[in-house]
Amino acid sequence: MRRAAVTVVLATLGLASTLLSACGSGGGDGNTLTLVTHDSFAVSDDVFAEFTEQTGVEVEVLPSGDAGAAINQVILTKDDPLGDVFFGLDNTFLTRATEEGVFARYESPELAAVPDQYELDPRHRVTPIDRGDVCINYDKAYFADNGLPVPQTLDDLTRPEYRGLLVTENPATSSPGLAFLLATVAQFGEDGWRDYWERLRANDVQVVAGWEEAYNGEFSAGEGQGDQPLVVSYASSPPAAVFFSDPQPAESPIGTVLASCFNQIEFAGVLEGTDNERAARELVDFMLSERFQEDIPLNMFVFPVRDGVLLPDVFVQFAEVPPEPLTLDPDEIGDNRDRWIEEWTDTVLR
Amino acid sequence: MDRHRAALARAALLAVPVAFVAVFFAYPVATIVGRGLWPDGHLDLEPLGKVATDAELREVVWFTLWQAALSTVLTVLVALPGAYVLARYDFPGRRLLWAAVTVPFVLPTVVVGSAFRGLLEDDGPLGALGLEQSLAAILIAHVFFNYAVVVRTVGGLWSHLDPRQEEAARVLGASRWQAFRAVTLPALRPAIAAAASIVFLFTFTSFGVILILGGPRYATLETEIYRQTVDLLNLPLAAALAIVQVLAVVALLLVSARAQGRRAEALRLRAAGEVVRRPEGPRQRALLAANLGVMALLLGVPLAVLVERSFSVPGGYGLGAYRELGEVRRGTSLFVPPVEAIRNSLVFAAVATVIAVTVGALAAFALAARGRDRSPRATGRGVEMLLMLPLGVSAVTVGFGFLVALDEPPLDLRGSAALIPIAHALVAVPFVVRVMTPVLRAIDDGLRESAAVLGASPARVWREVDLPIVARAALVAAGFAFAISLGEFGATIFIARPDYPTLPVVIFRLLGQPGALNFGAAMAASTILMALTAIAIFAIERFRVGTVGEF
Repeated sequence: MRRAAVTVVLATLGLASTLLSACGSGGGDGNTLTLVTHDSFAVSDDVFAEFTEQTGVEVEVLPSGDAGAAINQVILTKDDPLGDVFFGLDNTFLTRATEEGVFARYESPELAAVPDQYELDPRHRVTPIDRGDVCINYDKAYFADNGLPVPQTLDDLTRPEYRGLLVTENPATSSPGLAFLLATVAQFGEDGWRDYWERLRANDVQVVAGWEEAYNGEFSAGEGQGDQPLVVSYASSPPAAVFFSDPQPAESPIGTVLASCFNQIEFAGVLEGTDNERAARELVDFMLSERFQEDIPLNMFVFPVRDGVLLPDVFVQFAEVPPEPLTLDPDEIGDNRDRWIEEWTDTVLR
Repeated sequence: MDRHRAALARAALLAVPVAFVAVFFAYPVATIVGRGLWPDGHLDLEPLGKVATDAELREVVWFTLWQAALSTVLTVLVALPGAYVLARYDFPGRRLLWAAVTVPFVLPTVVVGSAFRGLLEDDGPLGALGLEQSLAAILIAHVFFNYAVVVRTVGGLWSHLDPRQEEAARVLGASRWQAFRAVTLPALRPAIAAAASIVFLFTFTSFGVILILGGPRYATLETEIYRQTVDLLNLPLAAALAIVQVLAVVALLLVSARAQGRRAEALRLRAAGEVVRRPEGPRQRALLAANLGVMALLLGVPLAVLVERSFSVPGGYGLGAYRELGEVRRGTSLFVPPVEAIRNSLVFAAVATVIAVTVGALAAFALAARGRDRSPRATGRGVEMLLMLPLGVSAVTVGFGFLVALDEPPLDLRGSAALIPIAHALVAVPFVVRVMTPVLRAIDDGLRESAAVLGASPARVWREVDLPIVARAALVAAGFAFAISLGEFGATIFIARPDYPTLPVVIFRLLGQPGALNFGAAMAASTILMALTAIAIFAIERFRVGTVGEF
């Protein structure tokens, strides 16, 4: 029996060591860059191949949980970084990462092609890569069938005819949920937003944990055929709903309430302590190149930040872009975010 | 047998499991908790004080405990009769059902959540009950997920119990209920306690069910640790909550150890083939029918909803969603050929199963041996507890612990795919131990001794007496480990790792984007995951060893 045990142990150790050597551990050697990112990151296979062709450097992608989990992992490991470049920090969490000193300063020459409004970090620790808007989407069929006008403003949502029609996400557990909370802060100010949410609550707003539950579960134009015709989602949801249908409809089944949109910008940065700073900078440049920027819309369903990038047809036809999305200064978000979430919880859930 | 040598042998057996859990669990968790408690190099106990005094946090701790206790009691009550009929009654499709009850266990919460919501929402079939976003929805989902734990852990032992003992009690005038209480229940007690403690730990650390089915008003220790770590990066408070979690788990395990009895009695175990029989008379047939009905309603209906959705296409039914799994849309890298995801899932599951069964079986042997000779019990208890702890500690804590602890050679595993099967094995080891130990302890010493008296060598005694029963238990345990790994999603999501998407990961990504095609493909992938699980477990358990190779 003991001999059997010894054999088994040896076999396991052998197996474990083969596994370890087969998989290797990320980063480090001169010809591979590790891109630490969140689980929603996506890019066409041949795009990074092109980067490798240009520079001789391969890119290994390390998905590390949702956006919050990924950036916190980077902060926790700043003395011994997980990789060379990070992608996926957005303006709602910008200051947490920049203040921790996890990013090395780098001003990419490609920024010349990016409108100034997206460069939220004047010290260039992070570089804008894509942008999108969190907006209220509506079910076109519902409003047409019921002869109800589509709400035009955030205030409209508190009117009796829209009672119980809106589903949103908990800002404590969801990124679009947080963005919508920030939209109401931007709209109604520090003194007014809680009052607004009290009115929304009185008008039976429904709150769920995350986007999947809201869109696929509760939204009447979503796949679960839920009950609510208004949902907090993205300005890119109308084109996505068309793109992922077969056959593709001539018109998107959902629309966007443009006055409800909050601007989200995603950034990349060179991680402080990388032993391959030159290649890491080249990767940031590459992510701003037309090749990469063009690939963004159909992979991550957000917009490129670079000017003059050709958008896919489905975006041109079906995406409504808010002319003046709501926004807040990243420093103001950083100073108040946790308190706002806390107060929101008190106002809406308790 | 020389007691000294026996103790040494036990220590040798225990060394591997203890080292495994120490390196891949205790050390990372201690490191991350240490960071929280010693933020600037000096000890800060204020967050711990906050947990003890803050009314809201106390409420969270209290809710976590009682919802887990209630879920456990409900699961045991609903599943025990199911374990009985599956262990004792012979009927067509029994073996397949034994494998199929495990399916819910592997499904990602987000998928099951969508099926339950479909049933419970206002205009759904069960909408009239008004259970959407309620405690009842949480409890039903917990029973749904954990039914298999009780059925398989308890049923595994029940199918080997000699029914003649209960029959003897009946002949001596005991009522059915008296005979069950006096004979069968004590024999099953260790297995019931083992299953209940696992169910408790699972529901104690439940995350997705609470958020998705309970709604935003419910918070448990697990959701709060997630919030403090991932949303607020408040490591001191997260560490304090993690300590509370560990203390609660240790307290529970002490209670459960008591419930298992001072010393498991050796039972008369028989081959399952000799125990199982066709139901006789209306009473037995009614019992069988009632339990099959419960399984169909509780497990079958939500699963059927998913399967139905996977076949629905605009205007009817078809294979559109399955075709979509193979479709490349504009070369997006979100796309993973399903074959590749299936292969990744199977490889990780196979490796995790080998690790878990090896580590768990060594521990089970040592723990069972401890029960037979009269050696100090404290060490064994401690080890048993250590092995159970990974089930009761937050996945966020372990994942972030890996990150800060395993960053130097020889253990520079950050960013290595090897962490995935290791994390899966950590969750599976407690199952292996809990399934195997009661069976090993129950092997009748009398049988061993007679074999030895008849001149069999120790090796032969082991081969002829222990091995067949052990192998049976090991296969049941392996089935569990495999299923856990196939379905595991929560723990691995926090580990930075190169991208080898498994089926649950593919499902999650598909559900993360709007559009009918993505949703249909997610349902199709879930259906494939279900089928794969049932087939894998069925195949593993058909693998016959010795004469006790049934069930």
